[in-house]
This record gives sequence, C-alpha cells and structure tokens, in this order.
Amino acid sequence: MLAVAEVTPAWYLVLGSLIFTIGAVGLLVRRNPLVMFMCVELMLNAVTLTFVTFSRMLRDVHGMTTVVFVLVVAAAEVVVGLGIIVALLRKQPTATADDLTVLKG
Amino acid sequence: MLDLVWLIPALPLAGFLLLVVVGRRLGEPGAGWVATLAAAGSFLATVVVFVGLLAEDEHSRSHVVTLFEWIPAGGLRVDLALLADPLSITMALFVTGIGSLIHLYSIGYMHGDERFSKFFVYLNLFVFSMLMLVLGDNLLVTFLGWEGVGACSYFLISFWFEKDENASAGKKAFVTNRIGDWGFMLAMFLAFATVGSLSYTTLAEEAGGIAPVTATAIALLLFVGACGKSAQLPLFVWLPDAMAGPTPVSALIHAATMVTSGVFLMTRVNPILAQAYDWAPDVIAWVGVITALFAATIAVAQNDIKKVLAYSTVSQLGYMFLAVGTGAYVAAIFHMVTHAFFKALLFLGSGSVIHGMGDEQDMRRMGNLRTYMPITAGTFIVGWLAIAGVPPFAGFWSKDEILLYAFDANPVLWALGLLTALLTAFYMSRQVFLVFFGEERFREPAALGATGDAGASAQPEADEPAAEAHGHGHEPHESPWLMTAPLVVLAVLAVVGGGLNLPFTPDLHLLGHWLEPVLHGNEAHVDVETGTKVLLAVVAVVASLVGIAGAVAVYLQKRVEPVEPEVLANGWYYDSTITAFMGGPGRAAFQALADFDKGVIDGAVNGVATLVRTGGRGLRTLQPGYVRSYALGIAVGAVVLLAYFLTRVSF
Repeated sequence: MLAVAEVTPAWYLVLGSLIFTIGAVGLLVRRNPLVMFMCVELMLNAVTLTFVTFSRMLRDVHGMTTVVFVLVVAAAEVVVGLGIIVALLRKQPTATADDLTVLKG
Repeated sequence: MLDLVWLIPALPLAGFLLLVVVGRRLGEPGAGWVATLAAAGSFLATVVVFVGLLAEDEHSRSHVVTLFEWIPAGGLRVDLALLADPLSITMALFVTGIGSLIHLYSIGYMHGDERFSKFFVYLNLFVFSMLMLVLGDNLLVTFLGWEGVGACSYFLISFWFEKDENASAGKKAFVTNRIGDWGFMLAMFLAFATVGSLSYTTLAEEAGGIAPVTATAIALLLFVGACGKSAQLPLFVWLPDAMAGPTPVSALIHAATMVTSGVFLMTRVNPILAQAYDWAPDVIAWVGVITALFAATIAVAQNDIKKVLAYSTVSQLGYMFLAVGTGAYVAAIFHMVTHAFFKALLFLGSGSVIHGMGDEQDMRRMGNLRTYMPITAGTFIVGWLAIAGVPPFAGFWSKDEILLYAFDANPVLWALGLLTALLTAFYMSRQVFLVFFGEERFREPAALGATGDAGASAQPEADEPAAEAHGHGHEPHESPWLMTAPLVVLAVLAVVGGGLNLPFTPDLHLLGHWLEPVLHGNEAHVDVETGTKVLLAVVAVVASLVGIAGAVAVYLQKRVEPVEPEVLANGWYYDSTITAFMGGPGRAAFQALADFDKGVIDGAVNGVATLVRTGGRGLRTLQPGYVRSYALGIAVGAVVLLAYFLTRVSF
C-alpha cells in the first residue's frame, strides 16, 4: 500500500531550508577553502529554490527573474573565487581558511 | 621728463643686482665705484625729474607713474606706482645726493675690509628701498620700502657680525622696528577698511569724509610706526646701539635718511592728521619735544664719539616731530633736509676721526686733533655750528622756524625746545672741544693698551712714516681725499642749506611754496608779530651761545668741573630697565604664552589625534582576518535580525 503523498509547496520550502542549513553549518565548521566555497553554493541554491517555490505559489514571475540574477552573480563569483582559491592552494597545498589572515587589522 | 621717475629707484636696483652677481669679482675699489655711480646716476635722474616738475604749473605738480598692477584682489587694488610730487622729489633729492657722497666716502672708509663688495651691495639695496619708500604712490609701496630699509639697516648694523654685540645690536634694531611696523600695518588695514584704497591721492581726497575717530586711530597707528623707525620715545632704544655698524652706515641710514622716514610719513598723510581730533597732533608734538629733551640730556654725558651723535639724532628727530605736531610741516621737512646735511657731515667727520685714530672711538683718548686732521676738523666745526643753531648756518634757520611754530602752539613746548637747543649747543661743543681742542690724550699709555708698544710712544716723532701706513699707527692722520671731499661738499651745504627757506620775505620762503601742493592747506599759520619773531630768534641764538659758552668754560678753560652724572651716562637707565624688564617678567610672560601654546593649543590638536589613534587600535581587534569568524558574525547577525523582525511582525 503505497500512499503517495501529494507534493505541496511546503515540501520545497522545507528542502530549501535544509539545504541552506547544511550550507551554513558547513561554511562555519569546515576549514578547507574549497569545501567552504561549495557550501556557499549550496546556500545560494537553497535560496533560489525558495524563490522559485514562492513564485509558483503567488503566480508572480518576479521570483523567477530574481533567480536568473542570482545564477548570473553566482557564476561570476565562482570565476573570481575559484581563481583565488586555486592560486592559493597551488602555492600552499595544505592551506586552510584560517591561514588567510594577511588582511587582519 | 616726469616719466623718467622710474629711473630713480631702478639705477640703485641695477647696481645692487650687478654687485650681487659680480661684486666679488670686481673687488676693491671697483665694486665701490659701481655702487657710487649707480647712486650718482639716480641723483641725476632725480634732478631731471625735479626740473620737469618745476616746469609744471604749481597745482599740477603731482605725477603718478604706474609701473604695473601689483595686487588686484577683489576690492583691493594696489598698483606698483611712483608718485612724483614736491615732497617725494625733495626727499629723493637729498637721499640720492647725500647717498652718493656717502657711497664715495665709503670707498675710502671701507678700504681693506674683507667684505668690501658686500658692503656696497647692502648700501645700494638700501638706497633702492629708501627711494621706494619716498616715491611710493600708496601706503603699501611705502611699506615695501619701509621694510626694505629696515632689513638693510639690520644687515649693515651687524655688518661686522664677528663681534657678538654688533650682531645683537642689529637684532635689537630689527625687533624694535617690528613694534612700529605693527602700528603701520594696522593703520593700513584701517585705511583700506574705511576708504577702500591705499593710494595717497585717494586718501587725501577722501580724508574729509573719514570719521574723526577713525582718522585719529589711523594717524596715531602710523605714528607708532614712525616712532619705531624714527627712534622716538618709547622705541628709540635701538638707535644708539645701531652705532655698532660702520660709520658711513650711521651717517646714511641712522642720521640722514632712514630715520627721517617717520617724519616723511606723517607729512605725507597730513590730510588724515588734519581730520583727526585736535589732541592727536598734540600727542605727536609732546612725544617729539620730550624725546628731544630726553635724548639731549643723555648726549651730555656720553664718551663715545658716535654715541653723542646718535643721541643727538634722536633729539633732532624729536624736533621734527614737534614741528609735525604743531602743523609746521614745512619746518619739519626743512629741518629734515638741513639735519641731513649737517648730521651726515658730523657722522662722516667722526668716521674720519675714527679712521685716523686707528679705530678709537673714546673721546677721552682724543684731543687736539685739529693739528693732525685739519680738513676733518674744519668741516666738523662747520657741522657743529650748524647743529648748535648759530646763524647763518643751516641749523639755525630750520630750528628757529620749528621753535616759532611751537611758541605759537604752546609756550611750554617752546620752552622745552629752547632748553633742548641750549643742551644741543652744549654737548656738541663738548664733543668738538674734547676731540679737536685741548691737550693730546691719545699718547697716554692707556690708549695703547692693546698694541702694547708703550715704549714706542715715548718717541712719537721717530717712527711717524711707518705709522702713516694705514690707520693702525699711533699717530693720527688726515683721511684720503675720497673721505674728505664729501666732507667739504656737505660742509658747504651745511652753511648754505638755510637758504632753502629764509624767513625775511614771503618770496624767500622757497621750500614753503614748493611744498604747498602736498600740504593741502593743512600747514599751520602763525599769528606772531615780526617783533616777537625777531625776539624769539634772538633768544634762540642767546641760548645757543650760552650752551657753547658753558662748554668753553667747562671743557676748554676747565674753570668748572664737568658734571656728567652716572645716570645720564647710562641714559637714565632707560635701556637697562627695559632689558631687565624684558629679560625678567617679560621673558617669563612670553614663556608662559609659549607654554600655553604648547600645552593647550598644541595639546588640543594632539589630544584629538591620540583619541582617534587609540580608538582605531581598539577597533582593529574586530578584524582578525579569520574568514570563518566573519561568517559566524554574519550568521549571528542574520539570526538576530530575523528574530527581531519576527517578534515585530504579527501574522
């Protein structure tokens, strides 16, 4: 007896908040810059998922356009961020985020 | 011809620039001749302008030549312009004329000095500045020259700066003059604020519209400036010390020209003085007459040949201010011119004596010099008679005119002036008798202390040829022609100078008519009968003769012990009191001001800086550089903001 529950917008919202939390916690607890970077991506995607859900719920296209913007910004951010991280790891393969204190006041 | 007026200051300026560049290469005496030619050329240019001015109609004798626009700043417009009118050309004539003679004299006097060419650099710069002062068309150009002559005076007083006291005498003159300059500047600010222009022509036109209170303030502030430059009470202290400079400098700057610029300035602004309250000229007259008497008493007890003349200069300048204060502008300028003749003569004569005596300045070690230096003695005696007020020498006429106006204004002023005249005759006679008459005191062993060859002085005639070599021998000798020629010219001027303004008939009042256009009818008119005038003149002559007779009795016949109280020799302790005050409480007060500046003013600035720096250091710890702690901060912040909005928003 397989009762297939209907997929409501709430499911998407819950999924979005779960992904966001995983990303946020990962960002705070991991020290590998590459992993932290991936966590940031997770948080961004969780937010976009939430936007799309609300856009469907409210029948408003603006949520979807925002998603497009977020994707563009995220792509640009990946270019810059990955560049920095790769350059850093090439110089010092064992580097962690905590070693990046050159700019401390 | 009037447009040539720019040549008058340009020539000394050219001489100055030339000597700055190639002076050292020209050396001695080339540099001296270049400077002398520049000054003499300037004199010729002045004569040309003078002739041009004479050809003009009496009332159009005022010619402004604008060289360029100097300061065009909003409402303030100052041109570098020269004003050729009877007053400025009179001044320029005697500045360049006497200046050339003194340049010539200096070639002989500075012979052998290691900074020979530098001396003439300064001398030419001085003549240029002085000419800017007198020819300036507005207060600012005059001020430019005013500061220029002040700086040259400083350079030249400290010319032999190797000696500490010469250097400090220069500084003293400079600092004292700053006090006067402060007054001059405030007067300029006030004049500009009231009239909106600094030009003399405009000031004279607008003077009638200035409120008496403002006019009084401007006049008295300018008088403060004049007191500093012309060495009047209470700012005269620098002039006696200024004698540390070479003697030609004393003659040119500290007797004939620069120190009279205060009198010139007050005469120049006579329309403002006329607009001021009546007591303003009285202040000037009283300061003048008190200075005259005060300095004359000091001169009685001085032993330095130049100090006597220095105090005498202060005293004679007091006479000129007495004249300005009583509205006798013509008499003031007249006395300025005759004083320039005879005081330059006396100073140059004393320089010749000092030169001939091998740098001896103490009159107690001179005596009977007339047999050794006849030309110097003869010309000096002419100068003495002129300053003592013996007719028909120049000094008599000008002094008599001042006393006449003083009598008309206030008999007390006249009495003090007469007493000063008596003292003047006395101390000048004392000087002449001590230096040129009486027994020879320079052979006394004390006089030879430094050279230490007392044995040689026992046979004075034997080694005379060797001593003739140059100045430093034991035997006084007459100076070279370069020095005596100017003496003779000045002596002639000191005799005939009175002819500029003879009182007998109005036609002979040449200087009075000549200066009429610049005085704008502000010259005082005396209401004294001819009989009284003659009587006053006779009294003045008697006073002079009494002074001379007194000196004869005391210093020549030695029938009376000389009375030279210590208090007079020390100048009433005026200078030492000021020194003690400024060195004690004054210094403490300035130290307190300096401490206030350091502690409170600087402290406030530094305090703000320290506060910012400390705050910054504290805030710096918020940025450790750990990315994850920033992330945590952002997360916590987001949660807090979310919580805040959730509590505020009701669903």
